[in-house]
Amino acid sequence: MLEKVTLLSVYRYLPQTNCGECGESNCMAFASKLLERKVTLEDCPPLKKPKYKEQMAKLTELIAPPIKEVKIGTGNNVVKIGGKEVMYRHELTYHNPTAIAIDVSDIMDDDKIVERCKAIETLSLVRIGETLKLNMIAIRCASKDPDRFSYVVSLIARSCNLPLILCSFDPKILRAALEKGQVANKRPLLYAVTEENWREVSELAKHYDCPVAVFAPNNLSLIKSLTKTLQVIGIHDIVIDVGSYTEGKLLRDSVNNLVMARRAAIQRGDKDLSYPLMAVPAVVWMGEKQDPVITSYKEAYMASLFMNRFVDLLIMHTLEIWALLPVLTLRQNIYTDPRKPVSVESGLRTIGKPDEESPIFLTTNFALTYFTVANDLESAGINCYLLVLDTGGLAVEVSVAGGQFSPSGVKDLFSSSGIEKMVKHKKLIIPGMAARLKGEIEDLTGWEVIVGPRDSSQIKNFLTKYWA
Amino acid sequence: MAIFFGDDFEEKEEAKALMKSLAKFLEKLGNLELENVEIRAEELTFILQPMVGVMAQSPQLAPRVEKAIETLLKVEFSPPIETYPGEVVEVQIGATRSDGGSRKKVVKIGGEKTMPFYSFEALNPNKPAFAMDLFDMPVALAKSVKQHFEDVMHDPAEWAKKLVEDFGAEIVSLNLISTDPLIKDTSPKEAAKTVERVLQAVDVPLIIGGSGNKAKDPMVLEAAAEVASGERCVLNSANIDNDYKRIARAAKQYGHIVVAFTPMDINNQKKLNRLLLDEGLSKEQIIIDPTTAALGYGLDYTLSLMERIKLAGLLGDSDLQMPILASTSNSWGAREAWMKSEEWGPKEYRGPLWETVTTITAMMAGGDLFMLSHPATIRIAKRLVENLYGEVDADQRIQDWITDIGL
Repeated sequence: MLEKVTLLSVYRYLPQTNCGECGESNCMAFASKLLERKVTLEDCPPLKKPKYKEQMAKLTELIAPPIKEVKIGTGNNVVKIGGKEVMYRHELTYHNPTAIAIDVSDIMDDDKIVERCKAIETLSLVRIGETLKLNMIAIRCASKDPDRFSYVVSLIARSCNLPLILCSFDPKILRAALEKGQVANKRPLLYAVTEENWREVSELAKHYDCPVAVFAPNNLSLIKSLTKTLQVIGIHDIVIDVGSYTEGKLLRDSVNNLVMARRAAIQRGDKDLSYPLMAVPAVVWMGEKQDPVITSYKEAYMASLFMNRFVDLLIMHTLEIWALLPVLTLRQNIYTDPRKPVSVESGLRTIGKPDEESPIFLTTNFALTYFTVANDLESAGINCYLLVLDTGGLAVEVSVAGGQFSPSGVKDLFSSSGIEKMVKHKKLIIPGMAARLKGEIEDLTGWEVIVGPRDSSQIKNFLTKYWA
Repeated sequence: MAIFFGDDFEEKEEAKALMKSLAKFLEKLGNLELENVEIRAEELTFILQPMVGVMAQSPQLAPRVEKAIETLLKVEFSPPIETYPGEVVEVQIGATRSDGGSRKKVVKIGGEKTMPFYSFEALNPNKPAFAMDLFDMPVALAKSVKQHFEDVMHDPAEWAKKLVEDFGAEIVSLNLISTDPLIKDTSPKEAAKTVERVLQAVDVPLIIGGSGNKAKDPMVLEAAAEVASGERCVLNSANIDNDYKRIARAAKQYGHIVVAFTPMDINNQKKLNRLLLDEGLSKEQIIIDPTTAALGYGLDYTLSLMERIKLAGLLGDSDLQMPILASTSNSWGAREAWMKSEEWGPKEYRGPLWETVTTITAMMAGGDLFMLSHPATIRIAKRLVENLYGEVDADQRIQDWITDIGL
């Protein structure tokens, strides 16, 4: 954890010129931001000069997070995983959102393969101003045929840009994929090093400078033995797969292994386990033909469970959007920076070009509520006023229950915003979830209060019915 | 704890030796507790974190020398076990005849000795418990929930029975929503009759909720507490700004448990818990509700609050050692759970999954008692808990997943 490194020890290796090129007033301020992970070493221009090379190296080592950051892919097509500083997100924040890879099997028909890759690459959803996407493709060698696999790898590498995971326990197959599949220079993740194949696969990883996963289901001693051995060989870009069991006692073991590995690395400084963790919820699709709905559902909640237990990379199988949406949303939640303010400024906002006949909506200053409502009003093309009430950064339902959404606060907002002089009418539309405050607001303000929909997505329909 | 060494390898070796003797020294002293102590030497910084139960241990440095290796280096893993000075209070919900009630089944929650499901270091004595919601009148529900209850929504007793008998609810959570002056303004006395009927219809414990009206809830909960005297029901809820004293008194007089609800604020939560204790409630009569936001709508705050509360309790903060309530029925407020959308796929699957993922997240973060709505969620969550408690044998092979996943 960062607390271990002191401000002075970081400052010691900075240029100490207080040049201000980084935008901070002095090097001490930069050191402080560095420890809070708000800037990186790259943000100090002088440090990049040759004469500070040694200092740069020392600082890099000094502030290295307890979980190594591993890069998969090259150039613009890189996924970074790991780099975690803490066990729990409230202790600082989590870095590098869990990467989600979708599997593609090499025994599918070529056109189906291309189609599936396109679907993976183009899947994209906008939620509260952020685009949610899948990040990688895991190519499984189910054919056990090096020629087929390397052909499919090159086919996928040509038709899509996402970083790749090459999955086979057979070193010959991985070698064929790297060499004949023309991805040797693209730093795919090699999955996986095992007790049986570690000599050959580590040689490949070393030779082609590729990150590798180590796989030793339910055996942390073996994981440690493998990572220790890889370190000695000179391989440091490692991802750990402790095995993703999804059933019975074995699920308990998987969850325990994830917690123990992360705790050993972060709180005990165990270097053998200081790597990103991965899980493969796709295992729920093993065996006889599975029901697509039940299995997608299960895969989604298993992925969520593993993400709640520190996992940095997931390999999934389903491409059902209803199953992926909750997983992508959970990732968005977990990787939100808890240091970011929860609230926006209260006061009056205008949406579009409102005039003196335009409706007035009321919402809270909880950032999420505000952005959702403002977004919905904008995308529906409604010209209106939006009054943002200071509820201490709480959502509507919660603040109504807790009393922060108060009628007297609404009255104050009326006078401070000057809204009364901007419109000819005296009508206020309040959130459906604040319905019970209608009477009280009317009594205090003398305005007519119209109870709006419970969800702002319904505002357009609501207006056509209730706003002449 | 962490130790940072000087830069070259010899210094590291020296430091390692120094560490060993330090560790031995610490061992001899036995119970030495250092908090935020920093010892500085020329090239050696040695900081003990304020984490309890962390043992002195020399770090394993990644070898920098690259060499060819003939056989796998064998390293043993030993579980990083910690012990905590505090534990969560155990709360019994419901009372049998011998305890002065009439329930056939009671439910115990809380009592944690470690973080949720960290069974490698301790098995927490009680599993999370699952209640299902019902209302004292037909209400607007998402279609995927409503379809399971349409036949019983007119009758709370039938509704409660269905929750227990068909869907395995361990507790029923009766929400007296019709008492809201803006809905039906049902009197506390009438509402209490519904409580009596539900108590007679099922033999599991009850959570009794008001309508959320601050002025009326204390009266409604008081009347309910009286008719349910001795049943150890959960009164939902006392807030800082409703008449929590009245609710606490009713719980004390008639032998119930109180939910201490605060809107996402750990300091107010501590304050309210203390106020309730000051009213004479025992710790075994309080359950914390720090607010459960839906997936995508603030679940991050909820999960971090729950983790902070649970950790604080384990580390000895006695104001936060009560079990946690998670109302994951709130998931259905998320538009992704109920809204029709081509882009998001069928809501029939998406809705229940939204609640399931919200529930699992709150469960992994430290929720002890859940109030939820969909039959699929309770079935899945109960099964997961049994698995995580190691109660279900499994014969799962995943070694060949690369070849054995279907298309």
